[in-house]
Amino acid sequence: MADHIILQVTRYRPERELEPTTQDYEIPLREEWAVLDGLNHVKDRLDGTLSYRWSCRMGICGSCGMTVNGEPRLTCATFLADYGPGPIRIEPLRNFPVIRDLVVEIGDFMRKLPQVKPWLIHREDAAAPEGELLQTPADLDEYEQYSMCINCMLCYSACPIVGLEEGFLGPAAIALAQRYNLDSRDEGAHERMEVLSTAEGVWACTFVGECTTACPKGVDPAGAIQRYKLTAATESLKSFLLPWRSA
Amino acid sequence: MRAKYTEFQPRWYRRRMSVFWWMSRRSYLIFVLRELSSVFVAWSVVFLLLLIRAVSQGGPEYQRFVHWSSAPGMLALNVVALAFVVFHAITWFNLAPQAMSVRVRGKRVARSRIALAHYAAWALLSALAAWLILE
Repeated sequence: MADHIILQVTRYRPERELEPTTQDYEIPLREEWAVLDGLNHVKDRLDGTLSYRWSCRMGICGSCGMTVNGEPRLTCATFLADYGPGPIRIEPLRNFPVIRDLVVEIGDFMRKLPQVKPWLIHREDAAAPEGELLQTPADLDEYEQYSMCINCMLCYSACPIVGLEEGFLGPAAIALAQRYNLDSRDEGAHERMEVLSTAEGVWACTFVGECTTACPKGVDPAGAIQRYKLTAATESLKSFLLPWRSA
Repeated sequence: MRAKYTEFQPRWYRRRMSVFWWMSRRSYLIFVLRELSSVFVAWSVVFLLLLIRAVSQGGPEYQRFVHWSSAPGMLALNVVALAFVVFHAITWFNLAPQAMSVRVRGKRVARSRIALAHYAAWALLSALAAWLILE
């Protein structure tokens, strides 16, 4: 194994350039180093002006997502040694405006996420529950996969529809809506449907499937969206055939 | 040139998606071909309806239809259409398990089994159709 590797890092310094450029950094290639460790080496030893986001280093915080050799990846979970002999191309996440270097603007996602009400909803006209709301392992199994989402936005970066249709809610927001819809304690499915079953909700998805490929937590947003399409179609058929029930 | 920029008004860089974005990745290309295949699926339906009309109008009309559909251009179109329809069916069946969460006695049915069930149903219906036509 070579002892050094080149990182080709996208730089964008809005105060002095109109378009991003690429800068090469030669860093030590250590077997236990993730791409993020390589970037931290650059920041600490080679070039303190490089900007990027990171926090936990263990695939939980979801802030170190970048495009590594064209693929959306968590840089803390992507190892330099897997890209030998290099060079490794590191770009900001796609489909997001770039603020600086590898830092993207995520306001769009942050505005879309609360639209699907990703929290447990209890009907206001119903009595407050007495004691805990118990769940069986089977109840948990219904939604557990979707609860693994860490909002890293790799799925938004992988999805061409997100890039083409500005209004599309996007994979993670819909998967998180399903996380609550499928929760036996939740009563908000009806409210969420107003947002989800629209042209900018699930129906904008054309099932490219790349969100699921990109997801580092095995959430399967594409599956969540297709399942919801089935639910939404069934519900609208029901309200057409049994209009008195949907009031 | 010095770009216009102040501390409080960062100028974001927005990368435009190329018109050829779907060529950049194999999965994107397969997706676009799958979307395109619906045109050929629609054509197959139209062709089938034309065939049924020709059959219902009797011998001479049917002969004219056979002659029309055996022209090289039409033959080529239908070969391409068949390829796309098969592609459409296969991608559809492969994606179906992702949209379905089936439980039998509380246990989730494996995705491969759901796909297999779809293929089995496809084969069965095709065999039934072949039997009806060829008998």
